[in-house]
Amino acid sequence: MDSVLQGVQGFMYPNEVELQWSVLIVLYPFVTGLVAGAFILASLERVFNVEAVKPTYRLALLTALAFLLAAPLPLQLHLGHPERSYEMYTTPHTTSAMAMFGFVYLWYLLAVLLLEIWLDYRKDIVMLARESRGAKRLLYRTLTLGSDNISARSLEIDSKVGRFVTIIGIPSAFLLHGYVGFIFGSVKANPWWSTPLMPIVFLFSAIVSGIATVLLLYMFLSWMRGRKPDMPCVDTMGRYLLYAFIIDFSLEMLDLIHRIYEADESFKSLDFMVHTRLYTSQVIVQIVVGTIVPIGLLALVQLVRTTEIARKGFYLAAGMLTLVGIFAMRWNVVIGGQLFSKSFLGYTTYKMQFATREGLLPAIFLLLLPLAILWGLVKLLPPWPDEESA
Amino acid sequence: MFVDRRGFLKEGGRLLVLSAAAAGALDSVLAGRPEEADAYRLADHWWGMIIDIEKCIGCGNCVRACKTENDVPTEPYYFRTWVERYHVPPKDLVHPEAEDHPEVDSPNGGYDGFKEKYRAGDGSKNFFVPKLCNHCAHSPCVQVCPVGATFESPDGVVLVDKEYCLGCRYCVQACPYGCRFIDPRTETVDKCSLCYHRITKGRTTACCETCPTGARTLGDLKDPRDPIHEFLRTHGVQILKPQMATGAKVYYNGLDGSVR
Repeated sequence: MDSVLQGVQGFMYPNEVELQWSVLIVLYPFVTGLVAGAFILASLERVFNVEAVKPTYRLALLTALAFLLAAPLPLQLHLGHPERSYEMYTTPHTTSAMAMFGFVYLWYLLAVLLLEIWLDYRKDIVMLARESRGAKRLLYRTLTLGSDNISARSLEIDSKVGRFVTIIGIPSAFLLHGYVGFIFGSVKANPWWSTPLMPIVFLFSAIVSGIATVLLLYMFLSWMRGRKPDMPCVDTMGRYLLYAFIIDFSLEMLDLIHRIYEADESFKSLDFMVHTRLYTSQVIVQIVVGTIVPIGLLALVQLVRTTEIARKGFYLAAGMLTLVGIFAMRWNVVIGGQLFSKSFLGYTTYKMQFATREGLLPAIFLLLLPLAILWGLVKLLPPWPDEESA
Repeated sequence: MFVDRRGFLKEGGRLLVLSAAAAGALDSVLAGRPEEADAYRLADHWWGMIIDIEKCIGCGNCVRACKTENDVPTEPYYFRTWVERYHVPPKDLVHPEAEDHPEVDSPNGGYDGFKEKYRAGDGSKNFFVPKLCNHCAHSPCVQVCPVGATFESPDGVVLVDKEYCLGCRYCVQACPYGCRFIDPRTETVDKCSLCYHRITKGRTTACCETCPTGARTLGDLKDPRDPIHEFLRTHGVQILKPQMATGAKVYYNGLDGSVR
């Protein structure tokens, strides 16, 4: 009891001493961001005809699905009454950003991602159903949903509809993660969150994290399979990662400069927080290690002629630091937004527990879970076109 | 005056009957607005409160009464109402860039009262500020609740349906005044209900009832006879954080600019 109060400096409203949103809520925008980012990367090939990234198209879609399936779990685990969460669908409160997010999520899962993956894989599923036996055959036959016509005409229709779904999918992916930003950005009581830039900052950071994840996964899975990654593809992803990162960083700096210049009533309190309790996670980890260094590495690849192996090393380092930086950004938004008092007169401390419902252990599990789902999906629906032809 | 035995019994019996009736009515009489529960019409009321900072002595009666009346957890970070003590040092008028920086404390929410800490006469301002849910007409907490478990009753009280609350804590984040907490026993949100179980029976809130100086007064803004109207007309009242445009209905008399 007293330990909770010991973390307080200055004056907090008494009910503010305990933090309400834990590391699990940090995971939620992080995971959702990966979904939106991976999908937007996939759509580069489908809609914008960026042929170079084609080898990662299916992997990006499966990555988006794996993370999307895991996205609601941290929220569920965090709820005081998870058994009541269905009420958000049966009796949603229409003015609530959180309630409406449930529908955005469902729309994106059912109308965009599953449909696009199914259309793209339909031919493969039918072929796999024909080739396999026993339970596997039954599984693939079920996945065909009874549609086993793979004539040229039929596949052409699949492709056309698939393209249409992707075109709808892009604004949907923007909506999905922009909306997560809105959930925070619309809380007027909290000056750390309340900015109209929040949805757009979340969106671009999502794109950054999604590209970085697919880049790392593609390089890792290629290595696992004993194949050389397609370097023009990796280079293109690296380039897009750099572009998206520059936009993302500019937006965040715009937000920062705006806050410093306006210096409203909350500024002193927030400024103090950034220089003390958030210094490591915000300035060191997010801005320096997680943003400036990876941008520098990615820019270096563009400016200096380097060997393939060196480039791979740069991409590996930049990709991992990017994910660390984006995770730190989510952390600083969610946890940082609760460390100061709404009276602007004091600060509290977040003490993460380990093996509790909202502790570090379930957080690690929930972060690894989508990777396990992805492993299953890759086994079920191999995303490698080269193996097909081989 | 001579009273015979018959007269004594008659008068005594009458007094006995009368005092029993008076005792029964006492609660309603003390509450100020005697009214039968079944006669309560939601549409006829619009509740608010006046807090007179100049009258608050920081005794903590209201905090204790609230915790007892509403079974609020005893930990020092769960409160439906609490009292803050402000100490505002003399303003440095020569250096206008030096801003008000009040020292504020609220040990155990003011539950045990306040130990003397500041000396009078040093040019500083010292006062107590009782806080509670502002029962806003445009409540941010009501707006964000994903299932409508937090709602505004037609008589202007923001309430929580604990059977419906998910425990998502979005409302806790949305309240600018820090008036909400998660009850660890039910894992649902809790907050001041303006003693709804009392005010709908014609009684006042526990905090108002126990305040020894009358610093808190419940008011029905729809009742033209309610003294709250006269008070609002004749005093310079302010609400907390007016820039939040929440339509707060707890009005403070004598609110210093340093209070947040």
